[in-house]
Amino acid sequence: MLAPVTTAHYLVLSTILLFIGVVGILTRRNVIVLMMSIEIILNAVNVNLIAFARNLDQVEGQVFAIFVICVAVAEAAVGLGILIALFRNKETVHVDEIDLLKW
Amino acid sequence: MNFLELIWLIPLIPLGGAAAMLFFGRRMDKPLISVIGPGTVGLSLVLSIGAVAQLAALGNKSHEVVLFEWLPLIGADWGFLLDPLSAVMILVVTFVGFLIHIYATGYMAHEPGPRHGGFYRFFGYMNLFVFFMLTLVLANNYPLLFVGWEGVGLCSYLLIGFYFHKKSASDAANKAFIVNRIGDAGFILGMFFLFQAVGSLRFAEVNEALASGRFAAETGAFGLLSLTAVLLFVGATGKSAQIPLFVWLPDAMEGPTPVSALIHAATMVTAGVYMCARSNALLALTPETSHIIAAVGAATAILAASIGLVQNDIKRVLAYSTVSQLGYMFVAVGVGAYWAAIFHLYTHAFFKALLFLGAGSVIHAMSGEQDMRRMGGLKDKIPVTFRTMFIASLAIAGIPPLAGFFSKDEILWQAWSSPLGSKALWTVGWVTAAMTAFYMWRLMFMTFYGEGRMDEHTRHHIHESPRSMTVPLTVLAAGSVAAGWIGMPKVFGESHFLQAFEHWLAPVFEAAARGMHGAGEAAHHDAAMEWVLMGLSVGAALGGILLARHIYLRLKEHERPSGGFLYPVLYNKWYVDDIYNAVFVEGLAKGGGSALARFDAAVVDGGVNGTAWMTRVISKISIWYDTWIVDGLVNLGAFTVRALSFPVRFLQTGFIHSYALMFLAGVLAIFGYYWWVR
Amino acid sequence: MTEAVFFYCFAALAVAGAILTVTMRNAVHCAISLIASLGGVAGLYLMLHAEFLFAVQIVLYIGGIMVLFLFVIMLVNLEAAARERQFHRNWLGALLCAGGTAALAAWFWLRGAGTLRLPPAVQPTPREGGNVETLAMVLFREYLVPFELASLLLLVAIVGGVMMAKKRI
Repeated sequence: MLAPVTTAHYLVLSTILLFIGVVGILTRRNVIVLMMSIEIILNAVNVNLIAFARNLDQVEGQVFAIFVICVAVAEAAVGLGILIALFRNKETVHVDEIDLLKW
Repeated sequence: MNFLELIWLIPLIPLGGAAAMLFFGRRMDKPLISVIGPGTVGLSLVLSIGAVAQLAALGNKSHEVVLFEWLPLIGADWGFLLDPLSAVMILVVTFVGFLIHIYATGYMAHEPGPRHGGFYRFFGYMNLFVFFMLTLVLANNYPLLFVGWEGVGLCSYLLIGFYFHKKSASDAANKAFIVNRIGDAGFILGMFFLFQAVGSLRFAEVNEALASGRFAAETGAFGLLSLTAVLLFVGATGKSAQIPLFVWLPDAMEGPTPVSALIHAATMVTAGVYMCARSNALLALTPETSHIIAAVGAATAILAASIGLVQNDIKRVLAYSTVSQLGYMFVAVGVGAYWAAIFHLYTHAFFKALLFLGAGSVIHAMSGEQDMRRMGGLKDKIPVTFRTMFIASLAIAGIPPLAGFFSKDEILWQAWSSPLGSKALWTVGWVTAAMTAFYMWRLMFMTFYGEGRMDEHTRHHIHESPRSMTVPLTVLAAGSVAAGWIGMPKVFGESHFLQAFEHWLAPVFEAAARGMHGAGEAAHHDAAMEWVLMGLSVGAALGGILLARHIYLRLKEHERPSGGFLYPVLYNKWYVDDIYNAVFVEGLAKGGGSALARFDAAVVDGGVNGTAWMTRVISKISIWYDTWIVDGLVNLGAFTVRALSFPVRFLQTGFIHSYALMFLAGVLAIFGYYWWVR
Repeated sequence: MTEAVFFYCFAALAVAGAILTVTMRNAVHCAISLIASLGGVAGLYLMLHAEFLFAVQIVLYIGGIMVLFLFVIMLVNLEAAARERQFHRNWLGALLCAGGTAALAAWFWLRGAGTLRLPPAVQPTPREGGNVETLAMVLFREYLVPFELASLLLLVAIVGGVMMAKKRI
């Protein structure tokens, strides 16, 4: 039958989610999807933290995860504000058309 | 009233008058100015008479009043000394000055009144002059005397240049002042040396020190004291118009005639003689200087007389006559006969002032004409003027018993007989006396006798002068007659009255008399010789008069001798003015000036330009250095940075994807490193 | 056993949702996929006995952030964007880098698997009051300062968000 689920499973899952997020960042042109990829990465981290919280029978891991969610919220809000301002000026959501800060 | 204590008022009253007229004269009318002007001098005259009378009563005839200490370090106070010498001077100055001021109210009556600055300005300056002259003669020390000296020089400038809109007048004023200044330099140097030798400049202290025997007489040698005396005499030549500084006096005739009478005949020009008389103690110790003084005086006398023989301007003749008579006074000083010099000063004041005022009256009658060639036949038309000038001309020629005879004769006798004199000096003086008589009577004959040579319009206007002008003439004529009677030579008879002048002045000159080993009167008193010389001088005078009468009265104009080669020399004043002009004005001043200008342009400007050129060269080097080396270093830095950054800057693409990829590449590199190591 | 099944279901949901998020063309589809993924993660939290975080994940993350994302997608007209190229030109290089890193990570895991000693999952000690109360005790006692700082951060984010989104500053 299936092996019992250990903490290691959760860690592997977290790593997979991490890499999916990284690929998303590197690959997609749409800024919004870029930001969603960042959320995926943050979730991966959270999974890792809570897995260890369960493993070590501590609650600090969950506390840390709360804070991560907090920061993610703030970052998403501000980031979307920037996106709207950017869209107003440049009329585009493709990140590779925004290249003014180059050498 | 103690007049002696009030002698400080004597100069001050005319100063007050001068201040009143110069500050407020614009608002005064002519009658008021005519009262204030002469009035202040008259008041000083009254005070002077009172003070001298009280002085005569004193045993030790000397009274000093010191107002305040001025420069204690050199012994200069604002102090006044009344002794017999200054008594004579203040009486002469105030009396003659008073008469001339009265004359001037009439003579200058045509000057513009208030608001045109003529009348009040004239009297203001005249009163100022009297103040300075009185300060000069009453001073009890050399610096205060010098204050008066300078002051009269200033007033002379102001008054000569009274008609300042005439260029000739202002030029003459400049000339007078500048030539005076040259003399003053000598005077100041003399004062310095005197102070260094004696330690003080008060007359009392100087005379005491010199007579005390501390200083040896410099007989036959020329030492420091002689140098001091010569320097003081240089000052006197400037002020009293002797060789070589006499050239200003003839040109000073540009001033109004009362000015010529007061300043350039009776008073200012005599300041030099007065100063030498004051310094008699010093001169007694320096016989060499006395010889120089006598020689200069004699040379000046004969030179000026020779020029006066041929001048045509009536005032010029009188000016040269003044220079000549001043020469006589210096001859007297030079031979040690100081009282004789002062005596001649005193008589000369009378007849020379009279001659000038009379000339002024003639000019007034002739509506401003001054050239004698256009005069003639005036004796019936202006009788008072004629008669008074007649008397004055006799006096100056030296005809007894008028004043000029006694004073001039005394000088000639002293020149012959004094140990410091010589027969040569007498001869020069004798010839000059003859020339004096000649030119004075040439003036008289050309002006008053014969046919009138003026044009109709002038002839019509000839008139006698008003009373304000003729009364002073009369008074001065009386003086010219009688003034000499208190200075008669002993051969005429000895009495206290007849030799009053000499005895009066004896206390002042006793130091000198002692220093001359009691010579002068006692040593060589040859009465017979004196009569002979007296007769010769009278004969010379008469001869001169008769020759003038023959040439200018009897002979027609075309018959008169032309003077030959000598005439142009004399007419052009022995070319002295031209020589001075060529040497000093053109040569030193202008030539020196242009030489200095060339020096400045070539050397100084050359130096400045050279410095500028150097600066430009250095700046060019600096530019090269700055451009290539300094800028080069800076550019090198920039070039290095750019070169180094060249590959690196391509990393900043502006794409977020590339940045993210670089993160991942970094992580990959770290992983790769650990994989490699493990 | 049941636990493993639930685990694999939730895990599959999370991973699939993530993969769809990064690959779908339409942005709205991406957002929905992300919601699904977040839901799967929430389930995993529940399995790890983090009840509070399970609730927070759903309420905050899905109900807050994803709704915000959807608002912004609506605001930004993506019809035209959807027709254009979606992927970076250099997607293969990126993929290779990520793949290389993943491969290395896997290699590390396998190499060190023997040394990785994770303590066995123990039964949680029953605590007073359950997960929420325990969390509150810890959060408001030891971690009060970070908590306050987090609130400050949120304030800044709000203000910043407003400023960024204004039409005229």
